[in-house]
Amino acid sequence: MEVKMAEKPKGWKDLKLGCVVTEPGSASTSKTGEWRSERPVRDNTKCIKCGACYIYCPEACINEDEEGFFESDLYYCKGCGICAHECPRGVITMVEEEEE
Amino acid sequence: MTKGKIVGLEGSFAVAEAVRMANADVISAYPITPQTHIVERLAEMIADGELDAEFICVESEHSAMSACVGASAAGARVFTCSAGQGLELMHEVLYIPSSMRLPVVAVAANRALSGPLSVWCDHSDAMSLRDIGWIQMFAENNQQAFDLTVCAFKIAEAQDVLFPVMVHIDGFYLSHVIEDMVLPDDEDVADFIPDYEHPFTLDPENPVSMGCYGPPFIYPEAKKAQEVDFERSKSKILETWKEFGETFGRHYAPVETYKMEDASIALLTMGSISEMAMLAVDELRAEGKTVGLVRLRLWRPFPFAEFREAVKDLELLVVLDRALSFGMGGPVVSEVKSALYDMRGDLKIVSFIVGIGGRDVTIKDYKNMVTRALEEAKTGEWSEEIAARMIGVRD
Repeated sequence: MEVKMAEKPKGWKDLKLGCVVTEPGSASTSKTGEWRSERPVRDNTKCIKCGACYIYCPEACINEDEEGFFESDLYYCKGCGICAHECPRGVITMVEEEEE
Repeated sequence: MTKGKIVGLEGSFAVAEAVRMANADVISAYPITPQTHIVERLAEMIADGELDAEFICVESEHSAMSACVGASAAGARVFTCSAGQGLELMHEVLYIPSSMRLPVVAVAANRALSGPLSVWCDHSDAMSLRDIGWIQMFAENNQQAFDLTVCAFKIAEAQDVLFPVMVHIDGFYLSHVIEDMVLPDDEDVADFIPDYEHPFTLDPENPVSMGCYGPPFIYPEAKKAQEVDFERSKSKILETWKEFGETFGRHYAPVETYKMEDASIALLTMGSISEMAMLAVDELRAEGKTVGLVRLRLWRPFPFAEFREAVKDLELLVVLDRALSFGMGGPVVSEVKSALYDMRGDLKIVSFIVGIGGRDVTIKDYKNMVTRALEEAKTGEWSEEIAARMIGVRD
């Protein structure tokens, strides 16, 4: 899925009355991935393609690829680690984010 | 010039008449003393077909205001009322229509807060609502309760305002007392408050998102926009009251004065005690004291300019607070001092807490306050051990 980059903060005069948002679906531009302190890293050699990570992800930001493996969309992934906790085969390791 | 007929109405029914004439679309309210008569009367009007509105029976004041927010977001003209503990339960939601810029109109029948449990009048509930971002005004009699409620709809719905408005009426003193007043014709009020359209409503043809969250990069901008528009709303309030005066013959101002032309001492009041204060001023003047009266009609946005103008020639200002800010004294006097700090550092201001929990404030009390204030101004000494100077409390 192609995601638009989050808009730069507008000045107070540019806000719509009562902060109404007139563009539907604009929440998808919100880059919640910036909140992450740990990122999920996968070892797909252990993966049985059960989809537990996909089901448990509270952000619904895990997608299935053409081969049936799963990948987290790091634009949204907040690094909660639930996927790593739920994976029955220990595919996912949470690795600390380093400052870029 | 007064258009309409003279009737005897209790304050609650006067408010209900104003809401009926304003042709409100949705009323969502929960009964609580001393506001109950307003909501009962409105329910009766709807049941009898006198008012074509949806009456939403809710389980709490929190739900009442939530339903008002939703109805207003759909573009309806919305009214609710509450008092005391009810306003406290509503408190969380009161910030929503002001930030979403929804022109909900509410009347508060002011009541003391527990405990001890009290259904009687004071301004504790109103003072806890100072920062909710609503335009707020105080009525001192039933005529004003009616007039200000009518004006509230027009002010709230003005395209350059679009803020909720709350009219404060003193519980029991106004809500339950029958006074003679002028009730205008329905048509004249309908002409005064035309239909309105909100620029953004919940409309499937033009979908928008309302009440979204504001992360740190947007929240301060949102609040600045709200504050700028809120302060600017005063000009529309003045314009509406002027138009009301020209149409109905009764005139309102953010700060109203009585016998202030030559006054060196003034009392400052809000709400129904102002009328007794006028009688006290007359008696004090008969005793040779040049006393006047300043009443704050508009409470939010605070009328800085008008207030400063009203007190510019005074030597002594006696501020009456009908509420207590524990550990701080009176909330009104705090604001009054703040409003005058850079302008009248020389003005002696003496504060009293009066009339809390429905205690009457008598002419004798006013005289006592003026005498004590004059003594303090002269000697600079105060005999009380606490900052909150409470009048008429038994030792």
